[in-house]
Amino acid sequence: MGFDPSYQDRKFNAVGTRPKRPDGIDKVTGRARYGADFNMPGQLVARVLRSPHAHARITSIDTSRAEALKGVKAVVTAADMPDLTGGKRSAFAILSNCMARDKVFYDGHAVAAVAAIDARTARAALKLIDVTYDVLPHVVDVDAAMAADAPLLHDNVFTRGVDPRPETSSNVAARSEFGHGDVAAGFAAAEVVVERTYKTEQTHQGYIEPHACVASVNPDGTAELWVCTQGHFVFRQTCADLLGMDVSKLRVTSSEIGGGFGGKTHVWAEPVALALSRKAGRPVKLVMSRDEVFRASGPTSATSIDVRIGATSDGRITAADATLRYSSGPWADAWAETGAMTSFACYDLENVRTVGLEVLVNRPKSAAYRAPSAPMAAFAVESAVDELATRLGMDPVEFRIRNAASEGTRSSYGPVYGPIGIGPTLEAAQAHAHMQAPLGENQGRGMACGFWFNFGGQTCTDLNVNADGTVTLAVGTVDVGGARASLSLVAAEELGIAYDRVKAVVADTATLGYNDMTDGSRGTFSSSMATISAARNAIRVMRERAAMTWGIPVEDVVWEDGHARARTPGQGNQSLSIKDIAAKSGNTGGPIAGHSELVADGAGVSFATHICDVEVDPETGATRVVRYTVIQDAGKAVHPDYVEGQYQGGAAQGIGWALNEEYIYGADGRLQNPGFLDYRVPVCSDLPMIDTQILEIPNPNHPYGVRGVGETSIVPPLAAVANAVSNAAGVRLAHIPMSPPRILAALDQKG
Amino acid sequence: MSAIAVSTTINGDDVEFLCNSDETLLDVLRDRLGMTGSKEGCGTGDCGACSTIVDGRVVCSCLVLGAEAEGRSIETIEGMADGAALHPLQTKFIEHAALQCGVCTPGFLVASKALLETNPDPSEEEIRFWLAGNLCRCTGYDKIVRAVQDAAREMREA
Amino acid sequence: MVEVGLWGALIPLAGNQPRVQVEARDIRELLRKLVEAHPGLQEPFDEGVAVVIDGTVYRDDWSRTLPDGAEVFVMRRLAGG
Repeated sequence: MGFDPSYQDRKFNAVGTRPKRPDGIDKVTGRARYGADFNMPGQLVARVLRSPHAHARITSIDTSRAEALKGVKAVVTAADMPDLTGGKRSAFAILSNCMARDKVFYDGHAVAAVAAIDARTARAALKLIDVTYDVLPHVVDVDAAMAADAPLLHDNVFTRGVDPRPETSSNVAARSEFGHGDVAAGFAAAEVVVERTYKTEQTHQGYIEPHACVASVNPDGTAELWVCTQGHFVFRQTCADLLGMDVSKLRVTSSEIGGGFGGKTHVWAEPVALALSRKAGRPVKLVMSRDEVFRASGPTSATSIDVRIGATSDGRITAADATLRYSSGPWADAWAETGAMTSFACYDLENVRTVGLEVLVNRPKSAAYRAPSAPMAAFAVESAVDELATRLGMDPVEFRIRNAASEGTRSSYGPVYGPIGIGPTLEAAQAHAHMQAPLGENQGRGMACGFWFNFGGQTCTDLNVNADGTVTLAVGTVDVGGARASLSLVAAEELGIAYDRVKAVVADTATLGYNDMTDGSRGTFSSSMATISAARNAIRVMRERAAMTWGIPVEDVVWEDGHARARTPGQGNQSLSIKDIAAKSGNTGGPIAGHSELVADGAGVSFATHICDVEVDPETGATRVVRYTVIQDAGKAVHPDYVEGQYQGGAAQGIGWALNEEYIYGADGRLQNPGFLDYRVPVCSDLPMIDTQILEIPNPNHPYGVRGVGETSIVPPLAAVANAVSNAAGVRLAHIPMSPPRILAALDQKG
Repeated sequence: MSAIAVSTTINGDDVEFLCNSDETLLDVLRDRLGMTGSKEGCGTGDCGACSTIVDGRVVCSCLVLGAEAEGRSIETIEGMADGAALHPLQTKFIEHAALQCGVCTPGFLVASKALLETNPDPSEEEIRFWLAGNLCRCTGYDKIVRAVQDAAREMREA
Repeated sequence: MVEVGLWGALIPLAGNQPRVQVEARDIRELLRKLVEAHPGLQEPFDEGVAVVIDGTVYRDDWSRTLPDGAEVFVMRRLAGG
């Protein structure tokens, strides 16, 4: 596209300031419309019938009594959603998850759905659907699922990545291996070795807004979908593919989104809503209850991880080895593989090996959760690294600095690193005042480091200059938490105009070209690149208009501070503002705009180090977080308030994961705590102020040096908190969450 | 099953509506009256996204029946600003970047308003415990607490 | 000619070689030639692949050239959350 994304060192006027966000007023007045805030005339209400069994064969479904109920307009089952996936494994898994086919695989798996004139009728209709199940033995624990006598979810799973291919089916869908060097020799050379198994329980992204959509399919095949999503273009493609609809006839509008964190990058009930609308010939509104969100959307993996690390007495790691077992729910995915990739990525290792095993269990289909798979691996590795440092009598930060990866290091997952910021964040942690603060009784301090990739992706932006000189910026990446403010700053910066003269909006699938979803910390990174490109294209147009007005070549026109200026001798010092040029645009060639369609690629990584102080009550096992600091590399913080917000939010989720959050299953394989009362996320009184330090090591692949920041901050907290708790309690905690019963058990064992 | 007729006051206005016996005040606000500012995050009174003030007391509207609104005074997020003039809490939330996705924000604003009407000079601890019934998953609460502190200071000085 | 590292899951599909030599100017040609030499790579490539050049991950830009002597690595196309 002719756009050069390489870093251009510059002084900023707008970028780096902290103005008010443009969507703020709507959100503080309750006017902003989220997924469930939209209604269409004549809409029906949908409800989904879900399996009460963890594992069962569906022997029959009879929907006739439900269909006969007055007020019911459509009932769908898998029969209404035929398999059009053409053998594509991942698409078939999505289809089967949206609506069970011949088997149900978890408590909450959708079996049928109804659309009726009101909620009361829909609920009554569910009770009239007769389903007979042949209940099968189930398995929910990741280690138990690997046992020789474990109940099998499928009879055709022969572990991929194993040579020779296994002859019997199992629950281990795939095996992957990474590493280099000779770990046996490395361990032989080690003077101290730490070896331990770590477990993390399943958690949910916990967004406050349940999944909600309104689907409307017309008889001619055109359709609309209003939905809270992290990727309306991706949803459009997926829904169209699953339902055999023409993608160009499906218009998806993204509502404001009430949290996603990866859980709204996948479809759950949206294809079902479209199927109901198609059958009923009326719009259908489908809102998941909180119970359904926990049972039937996409929590993260539960894991069981073996780590072994050896070092010499002067603190150099000689070998590192990890085996990671991750649960993916009923169908295979690549969660363990990703965990295996990220495990030792912060370190410069001569001998390293990681093995990832994807394990199938009777739980909901795992989905991405903010730096997916990395937090659990970091928990295990950073805990082991801490233990190793302690055994060596070394300061934990110093030990990490001594072994940290840098430019030119061969990463444990294969590629050689370019410029990376792990060293600077560790050094900043060492120097931070938090490290010097005194600790009280029963208190302990822990730290950990971590990283996540940043992705680019397909990105389109339309920048239109209005007749009054203001600018409208249409982007396609969903704004999860302030991106419109950041992008407005970027447009203001490029054009040299005031921030409040720019208005950013999120366009729908019919009005803008394809945009990848908001994941991979790509929202601000990629959309800002496209915004810069679009702004420069608009500037080119405005220089041409000025040149035309003055009758001089466009090469003699420069753009400065929101003005076109003539530099030709004899033309004097003419200048036209963006407002002047826009006002005359009707006579100079028409409306002024800049577009950009690009693939933002070559994004880097973002490293972070966290420091945590906790107080553990030895009588109750209750833990209080006393102080918390996040130090993370942002490349260039476009809007520092919202960068800080990402750091604090990720840390809070990690703290909850470390101390309280877990899926609890009964012996019957049913989820016992599908609600916010017993699935305990951090509340306001649980946390202290969360201090943040933004480092800015420019990303060479972005004009302003921007790095994506949204995910990395959830990677270090599990280990930072575990190290702090272990130090406070005087015993190593290796099972997350470290809820009071687990801490008390560990204290009891200690003596 | 016949609907129940209810007469109440919402944000200072007289309002009449019909509702079923099993509808919550939240259902009524959102589905009958089109007031979608109050959000349903859980339906079981655990998240506070549906916070409203009933006769001066902050409650989860998902735990109040629509019929219970009879004769009472209800305040929702829609009534927090005075026409075009935002409430100091609303202004401070924006200034302090105390919202990211914003879905919990109406609940926090209503609950904070009730706090400052009860206690105009709350300590950080008092703020945190008062707001412990409002869940936020995006911010980690830091900027929310700062916004409430700043709004309280401004309101005291006014 | 570039030497290309393959991520763990691909190695068994490429004759158990962790590194292979490929003559290719850009990513598009690299992927095409890898599949020509090892047809078993088609399925994982269809599921999603990324190429790392000198430490920078490219997920979409198949026109990216492979400089002489560059460190090239093929890995699974990751998604975030």
